[in-house]
Amino acid sequence: MVGQNQRKTALKAILYLLPALIIILVFTVWPLFHTLRMSFYEDYNIFNKTGEGFGFSSYAWVLQDPTFHKALLNTFIYAIVTVPVSIVISLAIAILLNSGIKGSKFFQTAYFLPYVTNAIAIGLAFRFIFHSEFGIFNKFLGLFGIDAIQWLNDPDYAMVTLCIFGVWSALAFKIVIFLAGLQGIDPQLYQAARIDEAGKWKMFTKITLPQLGPIMAYQFVIATIGAFKAYVEVVGIFGDDGPLHSAITMVYYMYDKFYNASDYTKAAASGVIMFLIIMVFTFIQLRMSNRKAEQ
Amino acid sequence: MNDANKIDRRWARILVTVLLSLGALLMLFPFFWMISGSLKTIREITSPDIIWWPAEAQWSNYVTVLTNPENPFGVYFRNSIIVSVANTVFTLLTTILGAFAFSRLEFKGRDRLFSLLMATMMVPSQMYIITNFITITRMHLMDSLWAQILPYTASIFYIYLLRQFFNQIPDQIYLAAKVDGCSDWKYLWKMMVPNARSSLVTIGLFNFIASWNAYLWPLMVTNTIQKRTLSIGLKYFASDSGSDYHLMMAGATIVVLPLIVIYLVFQKYIIQGIARGGLKG
Repeated sequence: MVGQNQRKTALKAILYLLPALIIILVFTVWPLFHTLRMSFYEDYNIFNKTGEGFGFSSYAWVLQDPTFHKALLNTFIYAIVTVPVSIVISLAIAILLNSGIKGSKFFQTAYFLPYVTNAIAIGLAFRFIFHSEFGIFNKFLGLFGIDAIQWLNDPDYAMVTLCIFGVWSALAFKIVIFLAGLQGIDPQLYQAARIDEAGKWKMFTKITLPQLGPIMAYQFVIATIGAFKAYVEVVGIFGDDGPLHSAITMVYYMYDKFYNASDYTKAAASGVIMFLIIMVFTFIQLRMSNRKAEQ
Repeated sequence: MNDANKIDRRWARILVTVLLSLGALLMLFPFFWMISGSLKTIREITSPDIIWWPAEAQWSNYVTVLTNPENPFGVYFRNSIIVSVANTVFTLLTTILGAFAFSRLEFKGRDRLFSLLMATMMVPSQMYIITNFITITRMHLMDSLWAQILPYTASIFYIYLLRQFFNQIPDQIYLAAKVDGCSDWKYLWKMMVPNARSSLVTIGLFNFIASWNAYLWPLMVTNTIQKRTLSIGLKYFASDSGSDYHLMMAGATIVVLPLIVIYLVFQKYIIQGIARGGLKG
């Protein structure tokens, strides 16, 4: 009797789960294995799902491709620049927002707005701002006697432009998280410090920063993972991968190999390499959140 | 001593306000510049001087963009609405059913299945698209709105978020309802769903925004103009426009404006959603 009941609940549970399960299995779990499988062939026919030349040749090819090196280097530069810069700026803004100033509701609305925007659309706005001839940024720099810079057309400046856009886009999300973290700090800690006549800087280094520790770590990992997936920012501001491919990223490389070159196995291999890099950071995050849960 | 302190504090407050205003200006400037640019004439937009606001707002730029036969923004807009709404409705359905099963229905291996599905969150979605492209081709869905909707109609992350909420509802209520002869189905829709309203609004909003902004996947599975959504349409429009930045800005404004409206109306839900769930950035 009990067994029958259990079987009935199990059957019911499967019915409830079925819609989500089918979609996740077909479009998330299966692609994981299939992409992995494809990456080990030299050539793969997507229609009859057969491959030729099993082995590591696609990986070898990708790892020796100078364009992939460029993509890897750019992605690392993008992560190393945008992650710390956006974290420092967003922390500063969150602290100012949290200082109990008048009109902070208005300021919050202004600072959070970029979170919802479309990267292609706002990328176009940045393209207009950075235009070498009639962009307002060069006009502004001209006031200080700086000659027009080819922000969008000079390969040497492409990564600079991309990083500026990347930092601007990344701020809103981080400010929200930092502000929530700051509001979670026990005000008694500051009161006690004030009684001890501790200075502002001391309060910041001795209370605010340590209290924000776990959130800071979370931001670093999430932002780094996000930076390794950078793609839409590149297309948003350049329309492609920049002048002479100077702003190509890993995801861009993968997309280009797959969609433009129809080189499925190499696209898959580059995807797996990206996955492995991101996995390292995901594990760091998991370990940190586990430690947080244990405390 | 006390007076000096008071003056100090006032200066500090002024300094903070000035800094925040400058920062807010930098955050909002691209939006302002986009809208201002969308209302300029071509001469104003290419002028060597800085023109903050057009002498006369050129609303006709929007008419030009919306009626352009090569890049029909009306069609793009309709497609974006259909895809985003359908996506959100289906995702909410699969999320509600899935979260209920994982939270209330007992079956063997439930928690193991849940952790297994959670593990798939580690895989960057960009990696799926290669295989999903093949799958969609084999399903004969290439170049359709369904191709853009279907793969994103279930999310283990949203199921996880809603399950958290469902778990907070005490078990006693569920057991009492069962004693009274209330079926699981009725209990879910009459009791759980209304209670989880604010979580569902947040999930729906995030899903809608993500769908509205989706770029890489829709780009890959659309070939014809008639199936493009706004993000894709805007990208093609920008490549076709040369230096007609006034028209590009009008197109960009059309894409962003609905998002700004949603943000202003639902700001509370969106901010809470990010802060609580740590929703991916």
